[in-house]
Amino acid sequence: MRLRSGARGTFVPAAGTGASGPVERRGRAAADGILRYGAIRLKRVYLDNAASTQALESVADAVRHALLHAYGNPSSLHGMGLEAERIVEGARAELARALGVEPAELFFTSGGTEANNLALKGAARARARRGRHILVTPIEHDSVLNALNALKAEGFEVEYLPVDGAGRVDPDRVRERVRPDTVLVSIGAVNNEIGTVQPLAAVGQALAALGEERPLLHTDAVQALGKVPLGDVIRHVDLASFSAHKIHGPKGTGALYVRRGVKLLPLAEGGGQERGLRPGTENVPGIAGFGAALRELEMLVQAWPRMRALKEALWEGLRDGLDGVQVRRLGPPPAEAAPHILSVAFPGLRGEVVVHALEEHGVFASTGSACTSRDPRPSHVLKAVGLEDEVAQGAVRLSLSRFTTEEDVERAVAAFRAALPALWRFARLRGRGGAR
Amino acid sequence: MGQLYLDYAATTPVHPDVAAVMLEMLRERWGNPSSIHATGREARRALDEARRRVAELVGAPHYRDIIFTSGGTEADNLAVLGAARARAEEGRRHVVTSAVEHHAVLDACRALSAEGFDVTIVPVDGEGFVDPDEVRRALRPDTALVTVMLANNEVGTIQPVAEIARAAHEVGAWVHTDAVQAAGQIPIDVQALDVDLLSLSAHKIYGPKGAGALYVRSGLRLKPLVFGGGQERAWRPGTENAAGLVGLGKAAELARAALEAGEPARLTALRDRLIDGILERVPGARLNGPRGRGRLPNNVHVSLEDVDGEALLVHLDLAGLAASSGSACTSGSLEPSHVLLALGLPRELAAAGLRLTLGRPTTEDEIERALAILEGAVARVRKVRSA
Repeated sequence: MRLRSGARGTFVPAAGTGASGPVERRGRAAADGILRYGAIRLKRVYLDNAASTQALESVADAVRHALLHAYGNPSSLHGMGLEAERIVEGARAELARALGVEPAELFFTSGGTEANNLALKGAARARARRGRHILVTPIEHDSVLNALNALKAEGFEVEYLPVDGAGRVDPDRVRERVRPDTVLVSIGAVNNEIGTVQPLAAVGQALAALGEERPLLHTDAVQALGKVPLGDVIRHVDLASFSAHKIHGPKGTGALYVRRGVKLLPLAEGGGQERGLRPGTENVPGIAGFGAALRELEMLVQAWPRMRALKEALWEGLRDGLDGVQVRRLGPPPAEAAPHILSVAFPGLRGEVVVHALEEHGVFASTGSACTSRDPRPSHVLKAVGLEDEVAQGAVRLSLSRFTTEEDVERAVAAFRAALPALWRFARLRGRGGAR
Repeated sequence: MGQLYLDYAATTPVHPDVAAVMLEMLRERWGNPSSIHATGREARRALDEARRRVAELVGAPHYRDIIFTSGGTEADNLAVLGAARARAEEGRRHVVTSAVEHHAVLDACRALSAEGFDVTIVPVDGEGFVDPDEVRRALRPDTALVTVMLANNEVGTIQPVAEIARAAHEVGAWVHTDAVQAAGQIPIDVQALDVDLLSLSAHKIYGPKGAGALYVRSGLRLKPLVFGGGQERAWRPGTENAAGLVGLGKAAELARAALEAGEPARLTALRDRLIDGILERVPGARLNGPRGRGRLPNNVHVSLEDVDGEALLVHLDLAGLAASSGSACTSGSLEPSHVLLALGLPRELAAAGLRLTLGRPTTEDEIERALAILEGAVARVRKVRSA
């Protein structure tokens, strides 16, 4: 492991290792990447890959090349712009290949949030004359739900689809809810908190049966790219959003798939880039990094069985190894869930207390979506799948990457063993007040 | 590289120090800045540090007044659409802008007009200056926003924004200025200008593409364009482009150092040498935009009689000189420049502009080489035309 010294005496290991990230400044680390708190040895274990993933070394190289050797403006006529344009179009072709679509059907954005906003607002506004009814699940990411909330102010009616205890929609129920004025249906491909994989191909088929007047189908596929098979999904949707930093690419880059013939109105104006749908000089280094991450997408696919096995080992370690601490597994049955997300709950404990305690032991996890990590309310996803507040407040999300190792899992289980029984006893001593 | 690059207004090369901090972010501080654990907190600290550097470049009183965006276009759109839509709630549905704004601002105003706003476009004089009295005459009690760029991207005219702001504030309008071309070229102080909103872009100041910022005066409320998590005070949600924005912070720090080291004076001298050289050596050339202090230190823009602008650019490129006709964003279009038309140029001259923009790497020797290349290329294009 290559090490570098960072600012103010911190140090962090270099890329290429899965279990890394900035270390606690209190700890002192030696050249072996192991953090020492007094006599305790800790290696950092990063299990928050649904929040963000470490950029690949090949991604950093691609970004570096774009920054230093392709700085032209892709819109410029002279030769300096050509290399930048070649990089942008190369990445577009790479994503097109991964999805089985045409490059002309892909538009780069500043990330998943913008892609979701562009898809939903762009499609709804373009179709407002046909109708103003939109269907969505209640377990979507905030960028979907809040974009639709904004549309309510423009006179759109948003109806929430029922989901079962695992977060799944029923394709027939979706079709039943479609009205003549329904213009859009939005269903996330993989839920970011509990890993639910939605039956999107079946939903698409059910909607297709409605004929010409069917609503458009959008999917937030930010957590799905590289984690579940998408070919069949893409064939059945009209719009799909993606983000680079969930597949070891850089933050600040995403893409929207827009099926040929689907019309959207842009969110911003000026300049004409991305055929006017998303103007502004392209984020060439970010797109270069996205392209590099996409070139290693196959490695992610190959890691699915291993990720699943590690996730099960992690769950078994928590279920059997925590000295009577009550723990529940949330979300769909393991075989039906996305391979990288394990959601558990410790009823009676608060998720953020568990997360902080884990960090003391060098393990990085989260309570749910990073975007709402500063929001004290229980997750809207966990409420929507019917969990009582006491369970929802005790939720912890552990998310793996293709670099997660068996050793990481063992260390994570050891950290839970070291941290939780004391928290649990403390909470029990204080009665239900301990959860407060 | 043999190519002589004089298109720094389209984009600038990334400074190696900027690339270095960006790669450090990617390799070592790659956490999600919203994550509450150390991985996220480290990224958050780096972002806030970058915010401080940008605040310092524009004289913002507090680093929290800086909202990060994906670039100048988004910053302009967020300012114009976000401010106008917010103020519509107080019954203010009138916007004032100038005829020479970047498309990001003009097209945003057009979108507002489609939403029912009244938009007044004030003219400019023959050198591209907006007359503050014209703005004053356009103002109404229900004016929500006045948006006039700090410096023009095609002809380099520096606008009297402080005077415009004074007039606008008298009727309670907010003032936005697009400083994408001015940032790093001239000192900027949002408090002296007394503007409420100011946009800038990283890739015009030796930072990366895909990163920009909007200064928002403390206490103002904007309507976001995009909705999601709480990032950037929920005005611009979405996981931050951490590497790009830290690159912007570094670029802002370097720009401030260059301003203090006298770079504007150096470029001004080179600029005037280039202008004088062209007017002397290239027959039928006329300068567009003002001379002297009213012009950006790095901007030269000329019209050439009897020269096909596109053909000239191709000849220049072949001869090793990268230049542009005007804005890179519209370089694919054959439409005459709206800026040159607003300056009163006839259509045939407005379609044959040549912009040469200088940068930190530009040397005296490059100016001489550029003059020689230009002289030869213009002669060749004219020869082809008369043949």
